[in-house]
Formats: sequence, structure tokens, C-alpha cells
Amino acid sequence: MQDNSRVIRQDISWKIIISLGGFFMIALTFALGFFLFYRGIGTFTTYDHSVFEFLFSSTWAPADSHDGGGKVGAAIFIFGSISTCLLALLISLPFSIGVAIFMTEISPGFGRKIIQPIVEIFVGIPSVVYGWLGLTVLVPVIKDVFDTQYGFSVLAASLVLAIMIFPTITSVSADAIRSVPKNFRQAAFGLGSTRWQVIYKIVLPAAKNGILTGVILGLARAFGEALAVAMVIGKTKVFPVSILSPTTNLTSAIAADMGGAMDGGEYNIALWTMALLLFFISLGCIFLIHYISESDGENI
Amino acid sequence: MPNKDNQVLQDTTKAINATILRAKLLDTIMTGVFYVVALFFLVLLIVFATYIIVKGFMDFDISMMAFDHRGIGNQLFNTVYLVILALLISVPLGLLSGIYMAEYAKPGRVTKIIRISIETLSSLPSIVVGLFGYLVFIVMTGSQWNLFAGALAVSILSLPIISTTTEDALKSLPDGYKKGSYGMGATKWQTIRMVLLPACIPQIMTGIILAAGRAFGEAAALMFTAGMSTDINWNSTNLFSSTHPLNPFRPGETLALQIWASRTEAIAENSTQIANLCAAILMIMVFTFSISARYISQHINKKMIGDNK
Repeated sequence: MQDNSRVIRQDISWKIIISLGGFFMIALTFALGFFLFYRGIGTFTTYDHSVFEFLFSSTWAPADSHDGGGKVGAAIFIFGSISTCLLALLISLPFSIGVAIFMTEISPGFGRKIIQPIVEIFVGIPSVVYGWLGLTVLVPVIKDVFDTQYGFSVLAASLVLAIMIFPTITSVSADAIRSVPKNFRQAAFGLGSTRWQVIYKIVLPAAKNGILTGVILGLARAFGEALAVAMVIGKTKVFPVSILSPTTNLTSAIAADMGGAMDGGEYNIALWTMALLLFFISLGCIFLIHYISESDGENI
Repeated sequence: MPNKDNQVLQDTTKAINATILRAKLLDTIMTGVFYVVALFFLVLLIVFATYIIVKGFMDFDISMMAFDHRGIGNQLFNTVYLVILALLISVPLGLLSGIYMAEYAKPGRVTKIIRISIETLSSLPSIVVGLFGYLVFIVMTGSQWNLFAGALAVSILSLPIISTTTEDALKSLPDGYKKGSYGMGATKWQTIRMVLLPACIPQIMTGIILAAGRAFGEAAALMFTAGMSTDINWNSTNLFSSTHPLNPFRPGETLALQIWASRTEAIAENSTQIANLCAAILMIMVFTFSISARYISQHINKKMIGDNK
């Protein structure tokens, strides 16, 4: 009996340890959110700027001191992030869905054995490598082909991001397409549909929510990518006039300027506000994915 | 009016035939388009990988691997050391939370919050994690840039990967494992430790390898935590000296950061070649890690199928 009570005590103590491990995840996420919020809110409280100014003004001249009094309009950075991400999505999406359909509907054997592993390997390639390749190959090519001054451009950033998010969107979409029940297809083929009709009219609409999840995951990755984009975007604090002109974005501003800004100064805090904005964007993506999967009738 | 009826019938047949023909033609065209798209990307990705690896080793010189400021030996060592430190922190925590989510969590609000927390962590921009690490592990502790802070920051990024794979692995086990164990009178913890966890070790290993692969290439989270410099004295015998290789409280630049640094603060004349080499080494590491992860997961598949026979 004594042995029994020892075992039960052990069972209970491990239950507590494991539960603590689970709750640690909440604590960590809240700690992250708290510190980002605590720091990022300073622009609006300590230095007394309006949210409107931060989001929509394009005058970026924060003072690198505790006195404040500068301007913290981050519209150029925000616009840079949004435009590069959307353009990247536009470039990547047709290819991603095309490859996802190819590896599931058209050539499943080849898809599973060859394409799937390759796509998975490319998910894991570090983003600096993409950025480095963009810098040494893409930027000079753009400079020559379009005859621009430097080659650093929205286009270069979007292409790098497009290649980066391609594997994410492809593998999530392929999973979604695979999970469409087989009898959907059999029924459509039985009615005499061609394969393209089955794909276009049956499979894609049925897998719509899964593909959308992949798109959002890809967008979240693109929004948060820092160094790869910073290497090719040019880091010029002006609105881009065309996709060939350089601009800047939220993440490259943080990566480039955080190291030099005085801790707690207006400049430093304004960069924290950008990080807070990025945090909200990725939170928003998570909630959007939950909303989609719940409307799909799948419970988590 | 049989003639007119016949005419209508003929017309309809013709129209249907045309529709079918068009559908078939479109089907062929689209199949072709998919082949072209898939092939294009396959070729692009393969060219991409070979280009990086070939270019990296094109100007290879043994001095580029040297363990001093001219080579990247120190960076390579820092990278490996940092990944090991990060795994030492994130594997136990990830396992605990994975086990919790799979075995202990009851459906409800708290579980949902934990799930959203894990998802938030996994989709956090790494630069944001880097800032958090800088504030909490460097500024608040009043220390210099150091490897340990970098390892903590990277752990935040690898935690969700390990946690999710552990959870998925435990959940995918057949019910019989658990029932059998409970039937023998085992407690929940005994069941988890003696039956469930051993059965999922290969899948958990796959998750750990994937997390390590991600940690190898991480740069943005390390810029403000592990620092952008490295100074190792390989003859140092004092573990607490700031140049001892195994002292985790020293600045430690990694391979990925070296690539970034050669872009922004290129001092050495061969910095481009060095960055090429770093990129190539990172690529090879990623390949090794993904292939071994795949090998392990295929190995378990075989084992599982064998068990079912």
C-alpha cells in the first residue's frame, strides 16, 4: 500500500508539473504581449502622439532623446509593408495553387514523392539566405533589365517574399485539397466532368477555406520577415512611385535603427510601437484563421 | 413535323458535342498549364539550391574556415552551441506543454487560450521576439549581448514547433496503448512515461530536428540578443572569461548573422565570398536536417505498418 501511495503522489506531482508547462505558454505569450504593449504604447502616452499621426502621417522624424517633440508618422513604413506583402501574394498565389493542384490532383505519386519533400525543405531555408540571394542576384538583374539606378525596389522585395511564402501556401493548400472527400470527385466524374471541371467546380470551392488559411499564414510570414526584405528594399524613407522604386517597411526600420537608438528615447519607443503593430497583425492573422476554421464547422 | 424535330435534335447534339469538345480541350490545356507551372517551380527551386551551394564553395579557401576573425569557424561553432543551448531550454518546456495539450487539457476556455498562445508564438515575427529578448534578457538584466540571451530568444521560436509535434504525436497514437496500460493498473503519469512517450519518440525527434533547423538559420531574433561580434580565445582555460568558447555569457555571432553583417558592415575585402560560404553551409545544414527528419518519420511509418500486421 505504501508503494501505491508513492506512485499516486508521483502521478499528482507530474500532473502539476505538466500543467505548469502548459500554462507557461500562456504566461510567455502574455509576457511578450505585455512588454510590447508597455513599450509600444509610450509613443502615445509618454511622447503624446496620436494614433492617427502614427498610422497616417508620413513625417518620420522622431527625436533620439527623452525630450520627444519629433514626428512619428509611420505611414511610409506601413505602406511599404502592405504593398510588398500584397504584391508578393499576387505573384506567389497562382503558382502556389497551381503546384498544390498538380501535386494532389494531377500527379499525386510524383507530388508526394518528389514535390512535397522539396517544398518542405524550402520551408526551412533561412530567410537571410533568400535575402542574400536577392541582394547578389535579383537586385543587379533588376538594375540592368529595368535600367534603374540601384535595383533596390519594391519589386525585388516582393519577389524575395514571394519565393519565401510560396512553400507555406503550397503545402497548406495541398493539405486542404487532399482533405476534400474522395466521393466529391467520384460524383463529379460520374456525371461526366473533365478533370479541370472537377478541380475548378468541386475541389477548389471545397478546399477554399483551407487555401485561405494557407494564404493568411503566408501573409503573416511575409509581414514579419525582416532581414531578407531589409537587404533588398533599399531602406529609403519615401513612398514608392512605382514598383521599381526603393522604399522601406516596418521590419527593416526596426532591424536597421533599433541598435543605434537611445534606449527609452522617442525614436526607440516609436520603433517599439512598430513592433507592437506587427504583433497585432500576427494576432489578427491567428484570429482570422480561427474564424475561418470555425465557420467551416470544424471545431478546434 | 418529324423533320423539324430531327433538325432540333441534330442542333442540340451538335451543341452538346461542341460543349464537350470545348470542355475536353480546356481540360487538356489546363493540365498542360499545371505541368508547366509545377515544372517551372521545381526547376527554379533546384537551380536556386545548387546556385547557392556551388557559388559558396567556388572561391573556397581553407583560411575561410579558420577559427579566427578571418574565417567563419567561430561563427559555425557559435551557431551549433547556440542551437544546443536553445534546445536544452525549449525541448523540456515544449514536451511538457505538448503532453499537457494532448493528455491533460480539458476542452474549454483555458485550453483554447493555450492553443491560441501557442499559435501566436509560432507566427510571431522573429524580429519582435528579438526585441522582446533584447529588452528582457539584455536591458533588464543589465548584461552585455550574449549567447545565452540569444538561445532564450530562439527557444521562444522553437517552443511552439516542439509543443505542436509532441501533441500531434501523442494524439495520433491508437487508443489501445492507453487502454492497455490503464487496464494493467498504471497511473496516468506511468502510462505517459512508460507507454505513450516511448511510442512517439521518433515523431518527437522529427519535431526537434525541425526546430533545430529553424534555429540554425535564425538571424533577426539574434541581432539584439546574441550580438554581432565574436571573440573566442581557443586557449582560454577560464570558463568565466569572456573569450572562453564555452562561456554562454559572451557575445556570439552566428552564420546567419554573418551574412547580414557582410551586407551592412562589410569590412573584410572577401566579405562577399564569406557570406556566400555562410549561405552555402546554411543550405547544406537545412538539407541535412530536413532529410534526416524525413528519414526518421519514414522509419516510424514502416515500424507502425509492421506493428499492424
